[in-house]
Amino acid sequence: MELALSKEDRAFAEEMRAFFTSEIPAEIRDRLARGLHPSKADIVASQRILNEHGMAVPHWPLEWGGREWTPLQRHIWSEEMTLAHVPHPLVFNTAMVGPVIATFGSQELKERFLPKTASAEIWWSQGFSEPNAGSDLASLKTSAVRDGDNYIVNGQKTWTTLAQYGDWIFCLVRTDPTVAQQRGISFVLIDMRSPGVTVRPIHLIDGGYEVNEVFFDNVEVPADQLVGEENKGWTYAKFLLGNERTSNAGIGVIKNRIARAKRLGGEVISAEPLLRARLTRLEVETMALEMTVLRVLARESSMPAGTPDPVSSVLKLRGSELQQDAAELLLDILGPAALPFRKERTVPDGFAALDEGAVDAMPTYFNWRKASIYAGSNEVQRQIIAKAILKF
Amino acid sequence: MDLDLTDEQRLLGDTVNGLLEKRYDANTRLQLLSSADGWSRDMWHRYAELGLLGLTFEEQYGGAGMGAGELSVVLESFGRALVLEPVLATVVLGGGLVAAAGSAEQKAELLPGVAAGETLLAFAYTEPGMRWSLTGISTAATPAGNGWTLSGQKSAVFGGDAADRFVVTARTPDGEVGLFLVDGAAGGVRRDAYAMQDGQRGADVLFADAPAVALGEPADALEAIESVLDVAITALCAEAVGAMDRMLWLTVDYLKTRVQFGHPISVFQTLQHRAADMFVSLEQARSMALVARLALGADDVAQRRKTVRAAKLQIDVAARHVAQEAVQLHGGIGMTMEYPVGHYLKRTTVIAKTFADIDALTELVGADGGLLPSG
Ligand SMILES: Cc1cc2nc3c(=O)[nH]c(=O)nc-3n(C[C@H](O)[C@H](O)[C@H](O)COP(=O)(O)OP(=O)(O)OC[C@H]3O[C@@H](n4cnc5c(N)ncnc54)[C@H](O)[C@@H]3O)c2cc1C
Repeated sequence: MELALSKEDRAFAEEMRAFFTSEIPAEIRDRLARGLHPSKADIVASQRILNEHGMAVPHWPLEWGGREWTPLQRHIWSEEMTLAHVPHPLVFNTAMVGPVIATFGSQELKERFLPKTASAEIWWSQGFSEPNAGSDLASLKTSAVRDGDNYIVNGQKTWTTLAQYGDWIFCLVRTDPTVAQQRGISFVLIDMRSPGVTVRPIHLIDGGYEVNEVFFDNVEVPADQLVGEENKGWTYAKFLLGNERTSNAGIGVIKNRIARAKRLGGEVISAEPLLRARLTRLEVETMALEMTVLRVLARESSMPAGTPDPVSSVLKLRGSELQQDAAELLLDILGPAALPFRKERTVPDGFAALDEGAVDAMPTYFNWRKASIYAGSNEVQRQIIAKAILKF
Repeated sequence: MDLDLTDEQRLLGDTVNGLLEKRYDANTRLQLLSSADGWSRDMWHRYAELGLLGLTFEEQYGGAGMGAGELSVVLESFGRALVLEPVLATVVLGGGLVAAAGSAEQKAELLPGVAAGETLLAFAYTEPGMRWSLTGISTAATPAGNGWTLSGQKSAVFGGDAADRFVVTARTPDGEVGLFLVDGAAGGVRRDAYAMQDGQRGADVLFADAPAVALGEPADALEAIESVLDVAITALCAEAVGAMDRMLWLTVDYLKTRVQFGHPISVFQTLQHRAADMFVSLEQARSMALVARLALGADDVAQRRKTVRAAKLQIDVAARHVAQEAVQLHGGIGMTMEYPVGHYLKRTTVIAKTFADIDALTELVGADGGLLPSG
C-alpha cells in the first residue's frame, strides 16, 4: 500500500526487498513461488540466514536479537518477506515461544533457549490443543504432577503442526485441577526426545501430513523447564496468542495467490467475465483489508500492549476468507487440469507437460479450509467482535 | 401432480442403501482408497447382480430398461456412501454413449458385458489445456482400411485407469467431432493412471495411431454426446444431493455430540443457524435434482439442456456451501482423512469441476433469454 507509506517507510520496504531477494537462495524462493511447500531444510536454511543478518526476530528484546522497529516496520518486514517468497522464520519459535521466554522466563531459560530458538537450531512445536480442548482451550487435561525435581506429564496434544520435525514442544499443562480452569494451567518446555513422548501423524484431506497427535506417557520434565510461575500459563498463552495481531490477515499470502492466478490465468481471465469479476472483487477486498491492517498498526503504538481490539478479529476473519477465496480462484482457473491428484509435475514420456498449478491448486483449496478453523476459529472471532460492539 | 418415488423406485433405493450400509462403511472405503485398484471388483459384481450396471440399457442388451428416475435413485445412494466404483464412467457415460450412438451390432457386442460387470468403459473427451468445451479438441481420426486410427492425448479420463474400451472424441478429416471405440489393450494406447482428487481413479490416455472403429456415424455423434451428458449431469446432481444429505446429518450429529465450554456445541445459536442454512441449500438442491430428472423427458432439446445445466448450477453452488460449512463446523477433525466429512468436500468439489463449472453453467443458463419468460 504505497499510498499510505511515508518516504522513509518506502525506503525501508525497498531495503527489505533488496535483502530478501539477494540473500535468500533463489532456488528456495522459486519453489515457494511455484506453489510448493518449503521443506524442513528450506525453512531452517532461510531462518539461519535471516538470523545471521538480524532479520529473524526483530520483535524480540534488543539483547536477544531484536531491532527497535515500529509495528509498521515489522509489518513491512513480514510482508516483504512473503512477497519475496522467503519461508518465514518458524512461527512457533519466533512469534510464540521466543517472546514468552523472553518476557516471562528466567535468565537461565533465556540463555539456554533464546539463541537456538532464533537460529532454528531448535525446532519448536506448539502443544496447546487437545482432542477435547479446541476452541475451549482452557478445558485442557494434559497433567503435570510435581515429583521432586521433575514434573510427570501425562496426556495428549493434537493438531500439532510439523511435530514430526520437532525437537522441543511448549505445552500448556494442568498443574492444579482443583481451581477454576484458567488458574490451574502452566507453560512447560518439553524435549520431544524424552522417553514417553510419541508422535503420530494425521493424514489431512490435501494428502499431506502437516499435523500430528503427540502423546505423553509418564514423561519426566525437569522442573526448571517451567516458564515463569506455576499456574500462570494461561496469562502467558494469552500474551502469546495476542502477540501479532496483524500477521493473521495474511495480506502477503493473498497478494501472492492473486499474482500467481493472474500469471497463470491470463487467457482464462480475459475470456471469462464471471471469473474476472470475482478476481476484481477479491482485489478490492484485499486492498481494503490492507488498509485496515495499516489502520490497526497506526494506532497500535498509542495503545498499551494487550488491549483488546475487535478490529484485529476483522483481520483474522476476513483475511482467512480472502486467502481461501484466492486459493479457490486458482482452482477455477485450472478447471479440469486440477482434477488429477499428482505428487509431481513429471509425466511419462510423450505426455503433455502439466500446467503449473495442476499439482497444488486443489490440495491448497482443501488445505486452506484450515485457515478459518485455527488461530481462533472464525466463529470465535465473530463472537469477539459481537461482544465488543454489543457490549455484553 | 405426483412427485413421489414409485414403489419400484423406493424398493430399488432400499436395496442399494441396504447393500451399501452393510458393505461400504467409511473404513471399508478408506481401505479401498489406498488399495491398488482404488475400488472394489467384489462390489462391482454385486452391483451387476442387482442389475445396476445395465439399469438404463434395453432389455435385449442385458439391461433393465429403466429410466433417469431409477438412475437418480441409485446415484443418490452412491453419493451418500461415496461409492468409488466407476459407475459414471462405465455405465452412464461409456454405456450411455454406446446405447445412444452405437450400431445394433455394437450395442449387442458391448452392452451385455457392461451390464454383467465384465466390461469397463471410459469416455475420453477432455484434452490438456481444454476447459469445458466438448468440441475444442485436437485428437485426430484418420481413415485406415475399414476403420480409423486416432492420435492425440486425452486427460482427466474418469475410469481411464481400468477401462477395457475407450469411447473417444476425435476430429475427422471433414472437421466433424466423431465418437470412436478404442480397445484399451491395442497398440498405440498408453495410460498415465492416477487417483483423482476425490480418490476415484482416472488417467491421461495417449493415442498414437491407435486402431479405432467409429461408434455409429460420426455425423450423429454430437447429438448423442449432448443427450448422454444431460443424463450424466442429472446423475451427478443426484449423487451430489446424496453427498450433501450425508454431510448435513454428519454435521448435525457432530454438533450434538461435540462438547466445548461444557455444552454440546449445538447449543450455540450461531451454529444452529448455520446448520439450518445447510438444510436450506440441501432442499433447494433436491428440488433442482428433480427438475433435471423431469427435464430429461422434455421434447425441446435446447430447453432440456438448459434446464439440466440450471440444476447442476444450483447443486454445485449448494454443494460448495454445504461442504465448506460441514468442514468448518467440525473444526480440525473435518480436515482429516480419517473422518468422513472431508471426503465429501473432495467429491463434491470434483463434481463441480466435471463437465462444466459454476461460472460456465451460469453463462450457459443465462444465454438466450435465461430460464424464465420476460413479461
Ligand atoms: C491445520 C491445523 C493446524 C493446527 N496447528 C496447531 C498447532 O500447531 N498447535 C495447536 O495447539 N493447535 C493447532 N491447531 C488446532 C486449532 O487451534 C483448533 O483446531 C482450533 O482451536 C479449533 O478447535 P477444534 O478443532 O477442536 O474445533 P471445535 O472447537 O470443536 O469447534 C467446532 C466448531 O464449533 C465452533 N465453535 C466452538 N466454540 C464455539 C462458540 N463458543 N461459539 C460459536 N461457535 C463455536 C467452531 O468455530 C467450529 O466451527 C491446528 C488446527 C488445524 C486445523
